[in-house]
Amino acid sequence: MKALVAVKRVIDYNVKVRVKADNSGVDLSNTKMSINPFDEIAVEEAVRLKEAGVIDEIIVASIGPKESQEQIRAALALGADRGVLVVSDEKPYPLQVAKILKSIAETEGTDIILLGKQAIDDDNNQTGQMLAALMGIGQGTFASEVKVEGDKVNVTREIDGGLQTVALALPAVITTDLRLNEPRYAKLPNIMKAKKKPLDEKTPADFGVDMTSKQEIIKVVPPADRKAGITVGSVDELVDKLRNEAKVI
Amino acid sequence: MAILVYAEHDNVSLKKATLNTIAAAKQMGDDIHVLVAGSGAQAVADEAAKAEGVTKVLLADNAAYDHQMAGNIALLVADIAGDYSHILTAATTTGKNFMPRVAALLDVSMLSEISGVVDAQTFERPIYAGNATATVKTSEAKVVLTVRTTAFDPVASEGGSATVETLDNVQETGKASFVSEEMAKSDRPELTSASIVVSGGRALANGENFTKYIEPLADKLGAAVGASRAAVDAGYVPNDMQVGQTGKIVAPDLYIAAGISGAIQHLAGMKDSKVIVAINNDPEAPIASVADYFLEADLFAALPELTSKV
Repeated sequence: MKALVAVKRVIDYNVKVRVKADNSGVDLSNTKMSINPFDEIAVEEAVRLKEAGVIDEIIVASIGPKESQEQIRAALALGADRGVLVVSDEKPYPLQVAKILKSIAETEGTDIILLGKQAIDDDNNQTGQMLAALMGIGQGTFASEVKVEGDKVNVTREIDGGLQTVALALPAVITTDLRLNEPRYAKLPNIMKAKKKPLDEKTPADFGVDMTSKQEIIKVVPPADRKAGITVGSVDELVDKLRNEAKVI
Repeated sequence: MAILVYAEHDNVSLKKATLNTIAAAKQMGDDIHVLVAGSGAQAVADEAAKAEGVTKVLLADNAAYDHQMAGNIALLVADIAGDYSHILTAATTTGKNFMPRVAALLDVSMLSEISGVVDAQTFERPIYAGNATATVKTSEAKVVLTVRTTAFDPVASEGGSATVETLDNVQETGKASFVSEEMAKSDRPELTSASIVVSGGRALANGENFTKYIEPLADKLGAAVGASRAAVDAGYVPNDMQVGQTGKIVAPDLYIAAGISGAIQHLAGMKDSKVIVAINNDPEAPIASVADYFLEADLFAALPELTSKV
């Protein structure tokens, strides 16, 4: 069985983002970039399935700027076998990314397609679902447990208020939630070995996908500041303020 | 053209999130239809028909829609999409699960978790974990989106008198099937809809202290209990209690953060709360910058005192 894992290059989740002064977007110059944390969980899950003998080969794909190859290499160092980098100067939107991933998944004949539940930059939470729809296959979103059994996969999903388990015919799309696993760290020898693993470079045109979106970002602004709060000196004062000033209890 | 709102429900009653979504829809147009897809969901449809601003309710009642399986629901919504200019639902796990499938089936881009409506084609939405707000204009002929419900005040649940029309549209992908569901049993209100949330962080030091210090205060206030990622990662409480970018987004009337430093990932999940109280022994903690009331105190002394006095 083959697995396809999609990874996105995003601003490191520890970095405090700054909105550009001209409100055109977020300033990403000289900022630390990483694999989207949910995608790292997807890579880890694929590697665990390989270690369990379920999967024979893991292909990792990324669509974005040329520098995204760093994130593919990072995934290769964690245990993926080869990479596909689709270089796009245009901002990758979920629908276009899903179309490219569909093409890769169908060409490669992958049975399990793993993505993060959302990227922490655009916070869309769309790509996996769109991919499953385009391919006409089942989806297991927000997965906290994945069990492959023969020609189907059981996915336990985190839903509001609890957990739901669904059975999907393969091929299927799975998007990862935080609880699925704890990603390993890449070891130095594996980082060195990853440099020798194959990495194909493509363009969206190779897949016949036009990257322009019908969405246009008009402006990006920092969130409204909260008005400065006050320091209270005692529990009594706090209770009094909550009762009589804020009137919330 | 009319606007389609997909109803959030459990086959028994309409979830309040639907009323918030209808409120958002009203800012896009006047003719609002609500789709109730479920199994044995007539009561839900009747309830939706009473909601303010709804002109028509469509009821698709079939076993295929029992568990809100994304594939079936998406096929149903895409099938009736022709009549609508806008298709929206609440950004719950159900909405997030099926709506991108609808967009892909219609070959249109989609907007997730809008927090504001500028006009019928232009919307505001938080990006980068709420550290920036983007205004996005779409030129798609059909606008597909999910709504951050905490950003819109709900419409009245009574007063409307829409007609209920039954759809006999049955859609099944045959690619996915429901196996089981395990809902967390809690007498406390649900985290994302609670009007008061009491959250604990790493400073609680262990799970027993959550039970001993956080829960009594929550119970006294009728509040939900939340946690920071640090408390979850340390194993004090389960992960579904996590408030933050990778957990749940809450916007209650009152949010009490005890022993939480306030990392940006945590703030992303709670900084739209109306009133924020922080109890922390470090006045330099980042949580102080968003707190309306900051009590510099040892939480092990302050929490029992607060519990006894509210």
